[in-house]
Amino acid sequence: MKIATFHGGIHPVNDGKALTKDKEIRRIVPEKEMAYPLMQHIGAPAKPVVGKGDRVLAGQMIAEAGGFVSAPIYATVSGTVKAIEPRRMVSGAMGDAIVIENDGLHEEVEWPPERDWNSCSGEEIVEAVKKAGIVGMGGAGFPTHVKLSPKEPEKIEYVIANCAECEPYLTSDYRRLMEEPEKVVDGLRIILKLFPHAKGVLAVEDNKMDCAVKLRQIVAGESNISVQVLRTKYPQGSERQLIYAVTGRALSSTQLPADLGCIVQNVDTLYSIRRAVVEGRPLMHRVMTVTGDGALDPGNFLVPIGTGYEELLEKAGGFSEHTKKIVSGGPMMGIALFDLHMPVMKTSSAILCLTKDEVARFEPTACISCGRCVEGCPEKLLPARLSRAALHGDKAAFEKLNGMECVECGCCSYVCPARRHLTHTIKSMKRTILAEKRQQKG
Amino acid sequence: MSELYHVSASPHDRAGVRTTHIMQMVVVALLPAAAYGIFHFGYRAALHILITIAASVITEYLYEYFMHKPITVTDFSAVVTGLLLGMNLPVAAPLWIGALGAVFAILVVKQLFGGLGQNFMNPALAARCFLVISFAGYMTNFTTDTYTTATPLAMLKAGESVDTFSMITGNIPGAIGETSAIAILIGAAFLILMGVITIRIPITYLVTFLIFMGLFGKGGIGQGFDVHFLAAHLAGGGLMLGAWFMATDYVTSPITKAGQIIYGVLLGILTGIFRVFGSSAEGVSYAIIISNLLVPLIERITVPKPFGKGGERR
Repeated sequence: MKIATFHGGIHPVNDGKALTKDKEIRRIVPEKEMAYPLMQHIGAPAKPVVGKGDRVLAGQMIAEAGGFVSAPIYATVSGTVKAIEPRRMVSGAMGDAIVIENDGLHEEVEWPPERDWNSCSGEEIVEAVKKAGIVGMGGAGFPTHVKLSPKEPEKIEYVIANCAECEPYLTSDYRRLMEEPEKVVDGLRIILKLFPHAKGVLAVEDNKMDCAVKLRQIVAGESNISVQVLRTKYPQGSERQLIYAVTGRALSSTQLPADLGCIVQNVDTLYSIRRAVVEGRPLMHRVMTVTGDGALDPGNFLVPIGTGYEELLEKAGGFSEHTKKIVSGGPMMGIALFDLHMPVMKTSSAILCLTKDEVARFEPTACISCGRCVEGCPEKLLPARLSRAALHGDKAAFEKLNGMECVECGCCSYVCPARRHLTHTIKSMKRTILAEKRQQKG
Repeated sequence: MSELYHVSASPHDRAGVRTTHIMQMVVVALLPAAAYGIFHFGYRAALHILITIAASVITEYLYEYFMHKPITVTDFSAVVTGLLLGMNLPVAAPLWIGALGAVFAILVVKQLFGGLGQNFMNPALAARCFLVISFAGYMTNFTTDTYTTATPLAMLKAGESVDTFSMITGNIPGAIGETSAIAILIGAAFLILMGVITIRIPITYLVTFLIFMGLFGKGGIGQGFDVHFLAAHLAGGGLMLGAWFMATDYVTSPITKAGQIIYGVLLGILTGIFRVFGSSAEGVSYAIIISNLLVPLIERITVPKPFGKGGERR
C-alpha cells in the first residue's frame, strides 16, 4: 500500500531526533521571576484581572479572555504580581506581560474533583476548554474553543490528531505519546463527542512506528478512531498537507479546515483538553524539547508557561559556550533569539542550540533556476520566481504567481543550492501585502 | 551574557548541496565524453579543451575584476561553459578559435547580461553558433588525418548508408566531445543518479525528435520509422550532448514541470525541422538556442495551479 503523503516537501538529512527521542519528559520547577505575555494566541489580547502587589496561586486566572477569539491566562507558580509591563517576546516584538515574583512555594489553587468526560455535554466540554485557556500548541496558537465551535458541527467528518511532528529535532509530541498515549487519545475521544459524524484519525509519520503500534492497541475496537501512518517528510504536519494526506482534500489559504469538514489538533493540545475537561485544570504546562548540538543535556521537559528561556535552559542542563544560534522552535520554522530574556509561551515547542549557523556560513549567490525549490514546494508554487518578484517589490506579479498561498514551511530555502533566502523574502512580501489589504479595509 | 546570538529568518538549516557542487558534478559527468574525444582525436583535442576552459575562466575573472564585481570563478560555472565549448569544436579548427568563442560566451552572452543565472541563452552553444556563422569553413570541417569522409549526418542527408554501431561508440568524425553516445550517456546517468538533472527534458526532446524523424525524416510520411535510420540520427551530431547536457542547462530551461515538457517537445520538433529541411545536416545548437529564447514565454503560460486551488485532486 502506498503510504499517504502530499506533493513536494523535503527529507532533511539530519533530523536531529535521535538526540532526544529516548529522553523521558522531566519536570522543570522554576524558581525565578515568571512572565506571562497577554498575547499568547491569535485574536484579542487577554485582559489582566490581577494588579500589582496581588498575591496569586498556581492555577489562578491572572488574565481573562479579551473576546470570543481570545484565551485566558493562568499563573503557573505562586507569588506576587510585580508589574504589568512590556516585555520582549519570542517573536521579537514587545508586548504587555504580567510579571510574577515567584515565591518558590508553588502553592496551588484548590482543584475540582475529577469528572467522567463521558457524562459531560458538548457545551460543558467547550466551556471547560474555553475556561482553561487552551490554544493550538503546535505553534499557531489559535484558541481551541473557537476551533471546536464551527458553524455546522454536523458537517465535520474528520478530527485529526496531528502526531506527525515533522519538524526536525522535535520529539516532545512523540514523548507525550509514548508516555501518556491514553490521555492524548482521551482528548481525541472528548472532541469526537462534539461531532457526531466525525471519525478520529491519529496521524503518525512512519519514523514513529512504535508510537503507531501503541496507539493502534489503544484504539483497537473503536470503530470511529483509526491510526493513519504517513510518510516521513517535512512538512507532513503542516495543517494543509496533513489534511490532504489523510483525507485527499486540498485546503487553500483562504479556507479553514472546518470548510472541508476537518478539525486538526496538536498532541499537547489534546492532552490539555483532557486535563481541562476531566481534571478541571487550566493550561499551565507544555512539553518542550531542549536540544541541538549546543545543548549539554538534550531532553524533553514539562515546562510551566511563563518560565524564562534562560532559566529553562539552565535547568535543562545548560548550553555550550560554542553555541552560536538559539532557536525557539525547530530548525525549519523556529525563531532565532538574540537573547534569552523571554518567557515560555503556550506555543513554545522547543529550544534549539546550534554551534553552527548554517545560514551565516555562506552568502547567497545568483539563482541558477535549478528548480529544486519548485520540486520541494508543498504548495506547488515557484519560490524562485516569487522571491524575485518580492525582491523587486512587484506585488502584482507576486500575487499572480499565487504567493499568498505560501505556508512559510522553509523547504525552498532549505534546498536552495545558491543559499538564497527564498522563504524569508516571500514571507516578508506576504506580510506587506496583507498589511496593505488590512489598511485598505480599515 | 553580553554576547548576542546569531539571528536570521527561518529555516535555520540548509541542505548540503551548493551551486559549486552542482557545477563540479556537471564537469565530472562531462569527463567520459571529453576523455573519449581526446583518446579518439589525439592531444590536439585536449589542447582545445584546455584553451576554452582557461579562456572562459580568465575572461570571467578579468571582467569581474575590472567591473569591481564579486569574483565568482570558483563556482565552476565558467569551467562548465569552457568545457562544453571545447567539446563542441572540430579538432582541426585553429586553436585561437576556441579562445575567441570562450570570450564571446563569457563576456557577451553571460557577463553582459548580468552573470550567472541571467544569461538567456546557453553561453557555450551561443558561442558555437557565433563561431559557425563567423568561421563556417573552420567550424564545419570535420576531416582529420583519420577521417576524410563527411560526418555520418551529412552522409545520411545525402542518402548514403552509415555504420550505426560506430556512431554509438563514437568512432566517427564530429566535434570533440559529441561523437560517443555511450560516453555521454554514462555522464548523463551520473547526473540523474546525483539528482542534478531529471529525465523530463531530455526524454521528451529525444522522443519528440524520433517521432518527427519517423514521420518526416525520410521520403514519404512515416517511412522514417526504421531502426537503423532513427538510431543513426539519435547518435549522430550533437543530439546526445545537446539533449543531456545543454538542453538541461538550468538557467536557460523552464523552471516549471509543464514548461519543461513543452520545451522538450519544441526542441524535438525544431531539431527535426533543421535536420530534415535545413541546408545543414545538423540542427541541435540552433534548436536549443531558439528554444532558450522562448523560455520566459513558456514559463509564463505554465505557472502551476497551487495546491488547494484546484491544483490537487485525487
